[in-house]
Amino acid sequence: MMRTLTEDQVEVGSLLPDLVIELSPTVIVSTALATMDFTPVHHDVEGARAQGSKDIFLNILTTMGLVERYVTDWAGPEALIRGINVKLGVPAYAGDTLTFTGTVVACEDGEFTVEVCGKVSLGDHASGTVRFALPDH
Amino acid sequence: MSAADGPGFHDLLLALAERQAAVGEVRGVAAADPVNLPMIRHWVAAMGDANPLYTDAEAAADSVHGEIVAPPAMVQVWNMPGVGGRDEQESSPIGDVLGTLDAGGYTGVVATNCEQTYRRYLRLGERLVPATRFTGLSGPKRTALGEGYFVTWNITWYSRDEPVAHMLFRILKFRPREQKTSPGIREPYPLRPAVNGDTAFFWEGVAKGELRIQSCADCGELRHPPGPVCPSCRSANRTHLVAGGEGELYSYVVHHNPPVPGLKAPFVVAVVELPEGVRIVGNVVDCPPEEVGIGMPLRVTYRQMDDELILPMWAPRET
Repeated sequence: MMRTLTEDQVEVGSLLPDLVIELSPTVIVSTALATMDFTPVHHDVEGARAQGSKDIFLNILTTMGLVERYVTDWAGPEALIRGINVKLGVPAYAGDTLTFTGTVVACEDGEFTVEVCGKVSLGDHASGTVRFALPDH
Repeated sequence: MSAADGPGFHDLLLALAERQAAVGEVRGVAAADPVNLPMIRHWVAAMGDANPLYTDAEAAADSVHGEIVAPPAMVQVWNMPGVGGRDEQESSPIGDVLGTLDAGGYTGVVATNCEQTYRRYLRLGERLVPATRFTGLSGPKRTALGEGYFVTWNITWYSRDEPVAHMLFRILKFRPREQKTSPGIREPYPLRPAVNGDTAFFWEGVAKGELRIQSCADCGELRHPPGPVCPSCRSANRTHLVAGGEGELYSYVVHHNPPVPGLKAPFVVAVVELPEGVRIVGNVVDCPPEEVGIGMPLRVTYRQMDDELILPMWAPRET
């Protein structure tokens, strides 16, 4: 199993490696359906355009899931996610690229905070923080 | 509901928001399915999340959890309605507020904040019940999308009677901006004349097809552009006459650059001398700029610039 980081391996200022996700229509649609979100703008191109969107776009439940994955991909499977606080920005359209960057910004009483930003070509799609703890062993 | 029916929309909305906030937490229906492996598998595959603790029983048994757990960010998924919604009548304190905003023209919606807190990881077999609380309304605020209200609510998910996760969700309900160019509707001309106490008579004349020139009510001297006081006798009494609408080109420039909103370069800006004795500035139209020349005879013409604005301009006149 992938290793989980220990507390002494993480310090304020530590950078997370970038995560780049190509937002193919398959990614947009499969994540929408896996999150049980059948709103047309997440799977129906014509429906999305009729509402003034350029194309189908990522749903919020997926954004939350990807932010969580971004942090556990780096911290390891046993990192205990305690909270995700996301400010939602521009839409992440099919055909765009979503790039996550992150920095450890705080460490208090065994709880770490990572500042995360997910950018697309239009700007910040999601920005916020993820709080997590690392196991003792 | 309209502004004419007593209290304004804003006050009614605030009153409704206050009532809904006072309702407190409203329990929804339990998830259709308990936390289960197939839905988790589907979710992690779509997300590209390779964390084995969500799907691999052996790896999970050796982990801090001791068994398979659900991805925390998946908490909202368990109670999603699915295709076409679910039969059960969902009771929520949010619906009325959103419905009222829709009725008031705030039909646009965009989520702005999502904050989730996880008290613990969920295990297979747990069935979640959401409880919703309306917590905030603020606005109206001007935003890049249009004027809107921010609506905030909280959801707590319960497993039996234990709260396991919380979410704050905030959306912006906004009045979508008007479409810029619908067929049949003219775009407003971007340059508006300054209409004030000194110039209103001139623009009222233009609207009637009259070229009005201010005159002193005491000494009779004409003046253009109009002003409050006669430069000749200092009298503040004023009146106007209606010019014949003919003139001669006294001076001009051909404007090529920089671009001017609403006008297509090159265009001619001229000083026109009226036989009445004043000069007036205006565009020369219906004539290629290279054919414009000093002394050329002109006649006033009126151009409808948009649904409201008419501007006087000058066209070549046969001598």
